[in-house]
Amino acid sequence: MDSCDVAVIGAGHAGIEAALAAARLGCKTIIFTMSLDAIGNMPCNPSIGGTAKGHLVREIDALGGEMGKAADAAFIQSRMLNLSRGPAVHSLRVQADRWKYQLEMKHRLEHQDGLQVVQAEIVDLLDDGNGTVTGVVTHLGARYDCKTVIICSGTFLKGMIYVGEYAYSSGPDGLHSADKLSAAIQRLGIPLRRFKTGTPARAKKASIDFSQLEEQTGDDEIIPFSFETKGELKNQVSCYMTYTNANTHKIIMDNLHRSPLYGGAIEGVGPRYCPSIEDKVVRFSDKERHQTFVEPMGLDTQEVYLQGLSSSLPLDVQLQIYRSIKGFENIEIMRNAYAIEYDCIDPLDLLPTLEFMSVKNLYGAGQFNGTSGYEEAAAQGLIAGINAAHRVQGKEPFVLDRASSYIGTLIDDLVTKGCNDPYRMMTSRSEYRLLLRQDNADKRLTPLGYKLGLISQKRYDEFLEKQKQIEDEIHRLKTTSIRPSDELNRMLEEKGTSAITSGCRLADLIRRPQLTWKDIAPFDEQSPQLSTEVIMEAEIEIKYAGYIDKQMAQVEQMRRLESCALPQDMDYGEIRGLCLEAIEKLNRVRPLNLGQASRISGVSPADVSVLVIWLEQRRQMQARQGEKNND
Amino acid sequence: MIQGTTIAAVSTPLAAGGIGIVRLSGDKAKEIASKVFAPVGERTVQNVPGFSAIYGKMYDSDGLIDDGIATVYNGPKSYTGEDVVELSCHGGIYIVQRVLRACLANGAAAAAPGEFTKRAFVNGKLDLTSAEAVVDIINSNNAQALKAALSAREGHTFAKIDSIKRQLISLSANLAAWADYPEEDLPELDDGSLLEGLQDAERTLTKLLNDYDKGSLYRSGVSTVIVGKPNVGKSTLMNLLSGREKSIVTPIAGTTRDVVEDTVSLGNIVLNLADTAGLRETADVVEQAGVQLARRRMEDSYLVIAVFDSSSPLDDEDMELINSIKGRPCVAVINKSDLERKLDTAYLKEQLQFVAEVSAANKEGVEELSHLVEQALGLNDLDLSADVVVNERQRNQAALAKTAVEEAISALNGMMTLDAVNVCIDDAVAHLCELTGENASAAVVEQVFSRFCVGK
Repeated sequence: MDSCDVAVIGAGHAGIEAALAAARLGCKTIIFTMSLDAIGNMPCNPSIGGTAKGHLVREIDALGGEMGKAADAAFIQSRMLNLSRGPAVHSLRVQADRWKYQLEMKHRLEHQDGLQVVQAEIVDLLDDGNGTVTGVVTHLGARYDCKTVIICSGTFLKGMIYVGEYAYSSGPDGLHSADKLSAAIQRLGIPLRRFKTGTPARAKKASIDFSQLEEQTGDDEIIPFSFETKGELKNQVSCYMTYTNANTHKIIMDNLHRSPLYGGAIEGVGPRYCPSIEDKVVRFSDKERHQTFVEPMGLDTQEVYLQGLSSSLPLDVQLQIYRSIKGFENIEIMRNAYAIEYDCIDPLDLLPTLEFMSVKNLYGAGQFNGTSGYEEAAAQGLIAGINAAHRVQGKEPFVLDRASSYIGTLIDDLVTKGCNDPYRMMTSRSEYRLLLRQDNADKRLTPLGYKLGLISQKRYDEFLEKQKQIEDEIHRLKTTSIRPSDELNRMLEEKGTSAITSGCRLADLIRRPQLTWKDIAPFDEQSPQLSTEVIMEAEIEIKYAGYIDKQMAQVEQMRRLESCALPQDMDYGEIRGLCLEAIEKLNRVRPLNLGQASRISGVSPADVSVLVIWLEQRRQMQARQGEKNND
Repeated sequence: MIQGTTIAAVSTPLAAGGIGIVRLSGDKAKEIASKVFAPVGERTVQNVPGFSAIYGKMYDSDGLIDDGIATVYNGPKSYTGEDVVELSCHGGIYIVQRVLRACLANGAAAAAPGEFTKRAFVNGKLDLTSAEAVVDIINSNNAQALKAALSAREGHTFAKIDSIKRQLISLSANLAAWADYPEEDLPELDDGSLLEGLQDAERTLTKLLNDYDKGSLYRSGVSTVIVGKPNVGKSTLMNLLSGREKSIVTPIAGTTRDVVEDTVSLGNIVLNLADTAGLRETADVVEQAGVQLARRRMEDSYLVIAVFDSSSPLDDEDMELINSIKGRPCVAVINKSDLERKLDTAYLKEQLQFVAEVSAANKEGVEELSHLVEQALGLNDLDLSADVVVNERQRNQAALAKTAVEEAISALNGMMTLDAVNVCIDDAVAHLCELTGENASAAVVEQVFSRFCVGK
């Protein structure tokens, strides 16, 4: 029997980050995949990033994860979204060559020291009979002793695909489902539930009349995901947009009874954020048209992805729907749209380390935990991988708080509030979004990644140099004055802001919403040569200082509560003064600290006060006990 | 230590009384106190040793509130174990609340029930046996607040708070949907309607807070002073209103020297009534002190009842009185209406809007007076069920929400990007959600998905 420190089940976006992190931290790691040809597969849209998801990718990279680098290597179009809406919501998104991305990831796994890549389906978990997982068993009976196990099973567990009246056991993209592992998980006492998601058709590019569609090109100036990616980056493709119409909607309504969802065959809860086209038409019946984007799947393929047209209607209806759309009159479907239903867990059963509360050394990440999206999966994989490695090495758990990152917010939401449908990251989920910007992910997380051992010395030195440049520039802008001149005042008036009559600090000019660093640079005699990132960072810190300070004060408040640990082995029913609902919720969530406890719905500020007193009572009692023992 | 905030509360009963104390506790107690309290002399809240008392004046953004004493305790040698400052001012709801609000406006948080004691315990100032007592306080207050909140749910002020909250959530959801789904063709919310929505919320919150302030007058009593020249019948009026012989009444002008106080009900309102010495220039040292007291009390009170003698024309002292109270909540009482009229009633009505004719001796005209007092306080159009903002803590949340809305408006007007505007709106939503115990970000996300057709 073979053995390892960390076993990762599944080589999707969560599994990849988990395995790479564990191996890089020095653990003997094995990653199991049902097919070596499906590593890092994108069974839905061929894109990485987007609002809030782009933040996640930047954060994964800042901590030393892989997704950003692979996306930079495989992208074929890049856009920074929300440029006009403020730095907090700037979000990077790329279209990726799906096959290139898979090859990149497969290559990175294969060349990682300490990581073994194995094609096998895991069908059983071994345990010591005492709530600790000890190994895994493959479909061919091979047993592996494992100190820790991370389940990243995506949509494969008892996967069931629905297309109209047809339903069959399957994973995505023609891969078979994993039907046996569910029973092993349940045997360990972990309840499972059914979630659902869906994907639109892939069509043949040559069958679309692009002259009828609106083109969407990439950005002129491309910002990479990874803080390490250097060199010139180029867009190679465009996306295209078109709309559904009244006829499309009529076809859908006429055939609604043939949908497994509306017909009642699917019990799984579907994501609100990603409705099928029939959902959209039914729920927003007053909307006359819905847009759809045509996204290329890669450079060497005719396949294109039809974003916005996910469906579980029968194949003949799908074809009618698509062909009713302008430009799609002769469209040929290469892969049909479908809905897929799968087993997943309730994330309230997890600790913030993503380890199961009830099964020691067993971790979960990705869609298995009830989320959706490649980026959400990768973020969890990275955290699960780090924590499994730390468990093996006897190190402290690694938990990011909400103020540090979207990753921390994502996991805190999952393990504190749970989710009732697949969880998608959104900027609106973070109360600290002016602090958690995609541009400063390195400032927030790279020191942690370095400390963990996932960031190289070279990269860390470069990071420190960049931070120094930012600080120096902020200091310079705050202390350097500029004198009024005709040229300067002409520019100020052109930009729609008032002229200056006496000397003025550079920072005071930059604070004006109408002005940027670059506007002022020509009049700023000592203006240094700086990279775009450094300039942007300095500018944001000055422009948004008031809001940033306010959020920092809230963060401090939150962190005080976070620093107050709650014991893990207690029955909250024994604490006098808590209300019943609070007892129930606290026993379910088992918060690590007061901060987490205070975010549980049903736990009031008064309940938190009671916990504060109880903690102090306990401390005093223990101190007294200590004195007695010393006597 | 887990307590990050500095808390403040009124630590004396909110009733008519000699002295009211606002207590501050926490890291910033001294810093906040020194923004509200200006010492007379060299010794400041920040520089005196512990257990010192300093005389000075208290201010809020409207100006002078009162003079009084600040007592400074340096942590850990204080009740809570933290830095504590107690601001002692003159009793009565109006002044004490203004001092408290000045502290809140300068960064203190309104203390939760039992919070001072909780801090004392957590900081090791109380022994273990007291812990249960603290829990009981928190518990019963929590239960009470819960009950109040539950009963308030049916009231229409709750509906008002709820509607402001929903309006703000809806604005936030709009911004969130755009930020999170930039490529969807969503209905446009232009800056104009955003601004309009925010201004509307601001107006409603302002009205709500005003109603609350008026409502608190109903609950806790209005500090009211009876003033006038000597021997116009102030004490007779006092006795009439209080229903007993509180003030000694003689025909001799200047009988009342001290301030005589009583709490009386007039119609729906509780008045914390103070009868004072008649206002006049006098050589009598004792009477002079009484007149001084009367003038001070007049400054401190919320409502003034100015008494005039119907049987004599207005003289210089009357005119001085009229000028000093014009524009304040006040009611003029023309006493001795049973006697021959020499006073220019029309002129008085022109100067002071609310004029009641009373014969204190014959016990006539009380009903009219009570009616006019309500009008002078602006209570006649107040809905009594509008009492949902049940305590200062909740009022503070509404006030914080209002501030956040104002910040959102100024961010929008200042051409800040929408992410900054949105953060301010979310802040307001969070404060209002705290009033009703909901989760703000969940509410916004919920709205995004129910109102907008978004998603790939």
